[in-house]
Amino acid sequence: MTKKVILSVKNLKRYFDVGRGQKLKAVDGISFDIVRGETFGLVGESGCGKSTAGRTILGLYNKTDGEVLYEGQSIHDMTDNERHRFLKKMQMIFQDPYASLNPRSTVYEIIAEPMQIHGMYKTQEEMRARVNELLEDVGLNRDHANRYPHEFSGGQRQRIGIARSLALDPEFIIADEPISALDVSVQAQVVKLLQRLQREKGLTYLFIAHDLSMVKYISDRIGVMYLGHMVELTSSKQLYDKPLHPYTEALLSAIPIPDPDIEESRERILLKGELPSPINPPSGCVFRTRCPYAMEVCGELKPKWLEKEEGHFVACHLHDEETLKRTDAVREVVGSS
Amino acid sequence: MNEDENTLKKNGQGGAAVLTKPEAAGKRKQVFSEVMLSVRDLYVSFRTFGGEVQALRGVSFDLYKGETLAIVGESGCGKSVTANTIMGLIPEPAGRIKNGSVLFKGKDLTKLDKSKMRKVQGVDISMIFQDPMTALNPTLKIGEQLTEGLRTHQKVSIGEARKKAIKLLEVVGIPNPEERMKQYPHQFSGGMRQRIVIAIALICEPELLIADEPTTALDVTIQAQILELFEEIQERTGVSIILITHDLGVVAKIADRIAVMYAGKVIEIGTKREVFYTPQHPYTKGLLASVPRLDLKEEELQPIEGTPPDLFAPPIGCPFTARCPFAMEVCDRIYPGTTDISVTHAVDCWLQDERAKKLFD
Repeated sequence: MTKKVILSVKNLKRYFDVGRGQKLKAVDGISFDIVRGETFGLVGESGCGKSTAGRTILGLYNKTDGEVLYEGQSIHDMTDNERHRFLKKMQMIFQDPYASLNPRSTVYEIIAEPMQIHGMYKTQEEMRARVNELLEDVGLNRDHANRYPHEFSGGQRQRIGIARSLALDPEFIIADEPISALDVSVQAQVVKLLQRLQREKGLTYLFIAHDLSMVKYISDRIGVMYLGHMVELTSSKQLYDKPLHPYTEALLSAIPIPDPDIEESRERILLKGELPSPINPPSGCVFRTRCPYAMEVCGELKPKWLEKEEGHFVACHLHDEETLKRTDAVREVVGSS
Repeated sequence: MNEDENTLKKNGQGGAAVLTKPEAAGKRKQVFSEVMLSVRDLYVSFRTFGGEVQALRGVSFDLYKGETLAIVGESGCGKSVTANTIMGLIPEPAGRIKNGSVLFKGKDLTKLDKSKMRKVQGVDISMIFQDPMTALNPTLKIGEQLTEGLRTHQKVSIGEARKKAIKLLEVVGIPNPEERMKQYPHQFSGGMRQRIVIAIALICEPELLIADEPTTALDVTIQAQILELFEEIQERTGVSIILITHDLGVVAKIADRIAVMYAGKVIEIGTKREVFYTPQHPYTKGLLASVPRLDLKEEELQPIEGTPPDLFAPPIGCPFTARCPFAMEVCDRIYPGTTDISVTHAVDCWLQDERAKKLFD
């Protein structure tokens, strides 16, 4: 498989006006590339900006600054016609399978709607056949087409949402917490389905979630966000084996492992305090207020986005040799830790 | 305490069983021997527009003093209904306790009238709800909400109640408690609100704390803080906890014993180690295999195919039959009896039957 960048996010920012001239910096300068055929996981806790990032990438929100390039074309500078065509390639699966399906439409209408909008089929028969095919693809059957969403369980509804997102034969799917509203045993079903569809149709996923164990399972590469910033980005294996950023470390250590022996002997890094407000984020490194290794320099300078190893990026002063050289105090802290 | 012989065996020898708290490195050893709550053969139904939902279909278990019992299962399995029944929160007349008892301090809580039950709620048994955003009254200062229970149930002065509330806020880790008493819920973050809800639950020094998915609405780093807090509180006060959750990671961290529920029944119960390391019921095994684990390398996820049965018309036999990889003909027809694997470990499954064992050998 040749590694071809399909989506390129460059210094993307999205601020929201919250009145009195204040801005909520939901996404504050994130950059990453997604390669065709991969699954890119975007993780972080609530309020970190991961969902806003996903929505801005699809163009559901306007950007404040930066660029999103899909196959070299800027998503936010498209004409209406271009955008109409572009949306055939990129689709979204939403978090809440209860809110994202119109309760008054039948499953057939829900899945057929995107195809009608794009005028994909001339006859009703072709459309009907395609809907049936999609239903079977996602593990439902054709009898389900004439029912309404309320007749289905959460997992089945999410399958309907997936079928709808596949209706236009997209190349790229943004899945915003597609499984977090589902029961554990059903989560595994849906994840397996997403993986099978990826294999069969060569899809590329941007998988947004807060559940790191599931993201690790499904993703090739993972970006970790904190308060609107990307703090670390690497392959999923590397992220779990060798996390560099203190936030990633804390996040991984906070996740309880379903194994009593491990869970009871594990040293846990407890983060102090809570997420600061994105309206008035801390100066320098946004994580410094909760970071167990925070140094003076962290309040003064924004950490650079450094590539420590091939493909392993981190934004942290502890890993920036230049800052470390400059600051003596820093050396002490690092030496002692 | 009147003892029902049929159902006692589910928990070993009832009050006679001695449980040892699984020992963590450096943690003190604890022995649980005194039964403080006995749930016996509980049947609860709800009348709805679509018919009668049989939410609980014969639930029995014991809770020992000072332990944490986790009730796990998927949505709709009846874990929250169990908690609400113990707490006396089944909305009548739609919901009805059709059979069974909840014995607490020699009283059957299901038989108490409203005013007697009010004296148990919040005093002897407290509850922590899932969503700290809706569990607090947005129009009252948290100081008022904290002292309300104390002032209602115990004749204490406002000053004393305030003092106690401030101390409790400190215990649950809220900085500047005196200032914070004057604030409204919206001025707190989700994690802080859950701490306040916990403080409210603890204010009358209950013997039993029922926590219904207390960390589900929280982020993992905040969840870790709250779980730590639960352990601390238990250490400090010796309160018994019933923890309702679907997160097996949380269970692995803080539970002593685990009851696994499916379709309104407790299908397996045992100590944490028994349930995690030697699960007997195919559903428990499936549940454990369907959770991805951070600490293990590439490993196939094994979802449990299918969905839980409809509780409007639950199957006569084992409710897991339709999803069970080992289902036999008998499973569909007759509900399996309870088999004791050890003093503390019991399971409802036909595979434990002598005849089935022979077949599989």
